[in-house]
Amino acid sequence: MLRFTLRRVLQIVPTVIVVALLIFVIFSVVPGSFATSLLADGKRTADPQLIAHLNQEFGLDKPLTERFVKYVTDLARLDLGTSFRSRQPVLDLIGDRMWASLELALAAMAFAVVVGVPLGFLAALRPGSILDTTTMIGAVSGLSMPQFWLGLLMMYVFALHLNWLPSFGYGDGSFRNLILPAVTLGVTPLALLARTTRAGVLDVLNADFIRTAHSKGMSEAKVVRWHVMRNALVLIVTTVGLQFGSLIGQAVVIEKLFAWPGIGSLLVDSVAIRDIPAVQGTILVIVLWFLVINTLVDLIYAAIDPRIKQG
Amino acid sequence: MRFGFNFILGALLTVLVILAGIFAPWIAPFDPVLNADLMNAELPPDATFWFGTDAQGRDVFTRILFGAQISLTVGIVSQVINSIIGCTLGMTAGYWGGWWDDLVNGLTNVMLAIPSLIFALAVMAVLGPGLPSLLIALGLTNWSWTCRIARSSTLSLKSQGYVQAAQTLGYGDLRIMFTQILPNMMGPILVMATLGMGSAVLSEAALSFLGLGVQPPFPSWGSMLTDARQLIRTAPWVAVFPGLAIFLSVLGFNLLGDGLRDRLDPHMRTRTP
Repeated sequence: MLRFTLRRVLQIVPTVIVVALLIFVIFSVVPGSFATSLLADGKRTADPQLIAHLNQEFGLDKPLTERFVKYVTDLARLDLGTSFRSRQPVLDLIGDRMWASLELALAAMAFAVVVGVPLGFLAALRPGSILDTTTMIGAVSGLSMPQFWLGLLMMYVFALHLNWLPSFGYGDGSFRNLILPAVTLGVTPLALLARTTRAGVLDVLNADFIRTAHSKGMSEAKVVRWHVMRNALVLIVTTVGLQFGSLIGQAVVIEKLFAWPGIGSLLVDSVAIRDIPAVQGTILVIVLWFLVINTLVDLIYAAIDPRIKQG
Repeated sequence: MRFGFNFILGALLTVLVILAGIFAPWIAPFDPVLNADLMNAELPPDATFWFGTDAQGRDVFTRILFGAQISLTVGIVSQVINSIIGCTLGMTAGYWGGWWDDLVNGLTNVMLAIPSLIFALAVMAVLGPGLPSLLIALGLTNWSWTCRIARSSTLSLKSQGYVQAAQTLGYGDLRIMFTQILPNMMGPILVMATLGMGSAVLSEAALSFLGLGVQPPFPSWGSMLTDARQLIRTAPWVAVFPGLAIFLSVLGFNLLGDGLRDRLDPHMRTRTP
């Protein structure tokens, strides 16, 4: 197990390095124009002197190779650069907002697991029942729905119409503020989890070892607890891990909708004004985060299912 | 040939969106942009304005019809770019193998490590907002799965008799790939593209909602929802209908894609009824 853990953790390193290089390449394709767009206010063109000054301040006038060396050495010292707009270190900007994002993502995933997995489970145990049909129609709808639209509608119903919950904001981190964004963000993983859990459980129920367990006189409850759950768990954990990627992506939109002070809204604001160091840093942190979660998932399911480690 | 209910529903919804997009200029009761009239602002749905009007007094129904054009353009163009990149890289990687294969595999893995909406945002940051950047961003985003499928299909097709026959006849590598291998893997690629249409439409809506996609006053379903956020207290219908349009068209593409997959490849059949 230790060797497997070590190998899996070390695999993150090359991916992060390549992602960092890829990010640098993407943002070097269009050189020099950032200062212009940063200063442009739509009415008049920016003062050329000011542009030159900005280019000099952020080292944008240097040749590409020199900028690349600086980027790599800074990264190696865990320095993500300085924001064009706020002139603060990007790492500090991210650090300030990291917790709000993590809180939101974990709450959304927890909601999806707590509701989605039991629904899928019950649906699979009674295929063709009303519960099964409704769950599956709900799942297909949930996967086709723009989440921010659902959030908007829930904001109208629960915050503005019924006045049960605050409509947006972080509100000193109170739980009531977390509910609407987390439920909105959790809908897609919930739908997918219900679907995969149902498929996984149905698969296991048809397996030979379940028939064996039944034929040796094991009770239904025991079969479900000992065999079905454990085997379906691998699939569920994998789905949770894979869903984290798109959840982090969607979080960007949901954070913006609910004015949630996370790194997602930092990314959107930075993209809008083309604050490149902030965009680069945020994306790098998000990717790193996603990779860490996937590695954790791999380790968890190797612990659940020993067959995986050999692979 | 039997088609399931889901497949037929998906096909109907897709056809509906396509018809709405093509015939928008003829069936729309008003002009989508110029018909602004503050006297008619924020009217609830009635006989004249079926879906109500927005803050500038424009007809929401008209704007939704025209919005279908943008969603379809984004869906189709991005999936064509996706398929071209994915097929070219996957096919050459599978056919030639060696260092090229390793390189393509590595690149695919890296792309899969970046959440797709985040990557699209990065591209938008470089190119700036607007429809052309949106098409490029979404076209560059989701090719990794297509690439994987193209690669594995090529690996299995490579050993087929007719491909080996073509090699014996002295056909060039590119000729074999494009005349012998590509036509035989169009099925799964088409399924990926149809399912990809759905996620492209969702991404377009999200990016336009964030103000980075299609710029006002042009009617995109996503940017209509940006305006709706300001109006949610006074005119909730402005939020309901564009979202419903996104939902139904994405549902259409998803059901159609699932149905096509079930028809073309019984092994990949999903167990959902």
